[in-house]
Amino acid sequence: MSEGAEKTTNGTAKPEYKESTWGQVIWQRFRKHRLAVTGLVIITLLYGIAMLAPWVAPYDPTDIAPDRRLEKPTAAHPMGLDEVGRDVLSRVIWGARISMTIGFVAAGISLVVGVFLGAVAGYYGGTVDNVIMRVVDVLMSVPTFLLIIAIVAVVGPNITNVMIVIGLTYWSSYARVVRGTVLSLRSIDFVEAARASGNSSLRIILRHVLPNCFAPVIVMATLNVAGSILLETSLSFLGFGVQPPDPSWGNILTTGRQYMRHAPHIALFPGLAISITVLAFNLLGDGLRDALDPRLNA
Amino acid sequence: MTLGEFISRRLFVSIFLLLGVSVIVFGVIRLAPGDPVLVVAGLDSPPEVVESIRKEWGFDLPVYAQYFRWLVRAVRLDFGQSLMTREKVSEMIIARLPASIKLNLVAYALALAISIPMGIYSALKQYSLLDHLGTVVALVGVSMPGFWLGLILILYFALYLGWFPVFGVGTWKHYVLPSVALGASQAAGLMRMTRSSVLEAMNQDYIRTARAKGLAERVVIFKHMLKNASLPIVTIMGMRLAYLLSGSFIIETIFAWPGIGRLAINCLYSRDYFVVQGTVLLTAVMIVFANLIVDVTYCFLDPRIRYQ
Repeated sequence: MSEGAEKTTNGTAKPEYKESTWGQVIWQRFRKHRLAVTGLVIITLLYGIAMLAPWVAPYDPTDIAPDRRLEKPTAAHPMGLDEVGRDVLSRVIWGARISMTIGFVAAGISLVVGVFLGAVAGYYGGTVDNVIMRVVDVLMSVPTFLLIIAIVAVVGPNITNVMIVIGLTYWSSYARVVRGTVLSLRSIDFVEAARASGNSSLRIILRHVLPNCFAPVIVMATLNVAGSILLETSLSFLGFGVQPPDPSWGNILTTGRQYMRHAPHIALFPGLAISITVLAFNLLGDGLRDALDPRLNA
Repeated sequence: MTLGEFISRRLFVSIFLLLGVSVIVFGVIRLAPGDPVLVVAGLDSPPEVVESIRKEWGFDLPVYAQYFRWLVRAVRLDFGQSLMTREKVSEMIIARLPASIKLNLVAYALALAISIPMGIYSALKQYSLLDHLGTVVALVGVSMPGFWLGLILILYFALYLGWFPVFGVGTWKHYVLPSVALGASQAAGLMRMTRSSVLEAMNQDYIRTARAKGLAERVVIFKHMLKNASLPIVTIMGMRLAYLLSGSFIIETIFAWPGIGRLAINCLYSRDYFVVQGTVLLTAVMIVFANLIVDVTYCFLDPRIRYQ
C-alpha cells in the first residue's frame, strides 16, 4: 500500500507503510466472511423496512374486510389475508417494526445492566461481587421462559413491560464476561498507574477497563437481540406479549395456528420472517466473533 | 478434595440456589400494584373465598412472615389448591410430571443421537460437503423458533401427509413431531459446539504425538481426543438442559401434550397462580439437580477439577 512514493537514492520508489487503524483491520477481516456480510445486509434491509413501515406497507394493517376473510395469497396480497380480512404482508411489515424495536431495546437494557453490574462486581470484589454473582447463579437455575410469562401476566402484558422483563432476563451473561475481564485487568499496571495519578474509580472503569470488554460484549449483544426477538415472539404467540390488534410476528402466528387447516399461509410467513431475522443476527454475531477474536492476530 | 466432599459442597450450594429461586417465585405475585390477595384469588372471587385465602396464607402478616409460612409449606410440597378446580396443586403437578419427563427425555436423546455424531464427523471431515450442509442446517435450526417449527411440522406431516397425529398422546407416533420440534434447536446448538470442541482438541500437540507414535487413527480419535473434547460438550449439555425444560412448555401447548408445561400455561391464562408457583419451583429443582449431575460428571471426566 504505497502512495506518493518518494524516490530512494537509486531511483526506485520507496514504499510508504500506512498502518491501518484497529477499526479498519476488523472491518477487513469481517468483510471476508461472506455469510456474515449477508447477515449485516439482511438486518439493514429489515431495519430499513421496519422503520419505514408507514410508507412501505402496501395497506393499512388494521383495515378489516370481513367478507374476504382468510383469502389465499394473490398478486394484490402476496401473503394473503387474515381472519378478519387484514393484509398479512402489511401486518408482517408492521410486526417487524414492533418486534425489532422490542428486540433492540431489550438487548440494550440487558447490556447496560449486565455490563454495569459485571464491572462493579469485578472492580470492587468482596461482598458486592459475591452478592451479584449469587444472583446470577440463581437466575441461571430458574426456568426463565415460564417465569417471564408469569411476571408479564402479573404486571400486565404491554410492550413496555415486555421490553423491561426481557431486558432483565439476559443481563447475566454480560455480567460474567465483564467481571472476568475486569478481574484480569485489575492488577495490570496501567490500572495501578491510573489510580496512583488520582483518577476516580468510575473514570478508571469507563476509560480503561470497559474498552477491553468491547469485543465479547458486542458479539453477545448481537446474539442477544436475536434471542430477545425469539423471546418476544414466543410471548406474543401465547398471548402474553404484544396484544392484538397491534401486530407482532408472534400474535399473527396465534391466528395462524387457529386456522392452520384452512389458511396455512397465515402461519407460514411470520415464522419465515422471524427465522430469517434471527438467522441474520446469528450470522452477524458469528462474523463479528471471528473478526474480533484476538487469537486470529498472527 | 474427594469426590464425596465435592458432592456435599455442591449440594449445599444447590439448596441456597433453590432458596433464592423460592424468593423470586414468592415475590412475583407481589409485583402487581394493589392487593396481592386479589391477584391470587382473582378479581371476581366471592369475598368469603378472598378472606379464607387471606387467612390461610397470612396475607395480613408482614412480608417475611408470609414468606416463611409459604416456604415451610412449599418444602412439604404443599402449594395450596388450584383456584379453578380446587384440586391440590401438588397432585395436579405430579399427575402430569411423567408425561413431561418422557417427552423431554425423548427429545434430548434424539438431539444427542443426531448432533454429537454429526458434530464429530463435521470436525473430522472439515470443509467437506457434509460439513457445510451440517453447518447450514445447524444455523437454520438455531434460528427457527421452536413453536413455528412445531406448527410447520404439524402442517406438513400431520395435516398434509397424515403420517402422524396432530396432537395428544397414545402411541409412539405421538412422540415424533413434538420431540423433533423440541429437540431441533438443541441439536443444532450441540452440533456446532461439538464440532468446534473436537476441532480444538484435534489441533492439540498430544494428538500429533499420538499420531507420530504410530497409533491407529481410530485409537487416536476415540481414546485420546474424544475424552478431552467431551468436557466442553458435557458443560454445554448441562446448560442446555435448562433451556430444554423451559422450551418444552410452549411445545406442550401446541401439541396438547398433557404435561406440566401445558398445565402451567393454561393456569397462567386463568391466572391460577398457585399452580404456576408450584410448577416454576419444581422445574427449578429439576434444573438445579441436572446441573449438579453435570458438575459431578465433569468431575469424573477431569480429575483436576476436584482439587480446585
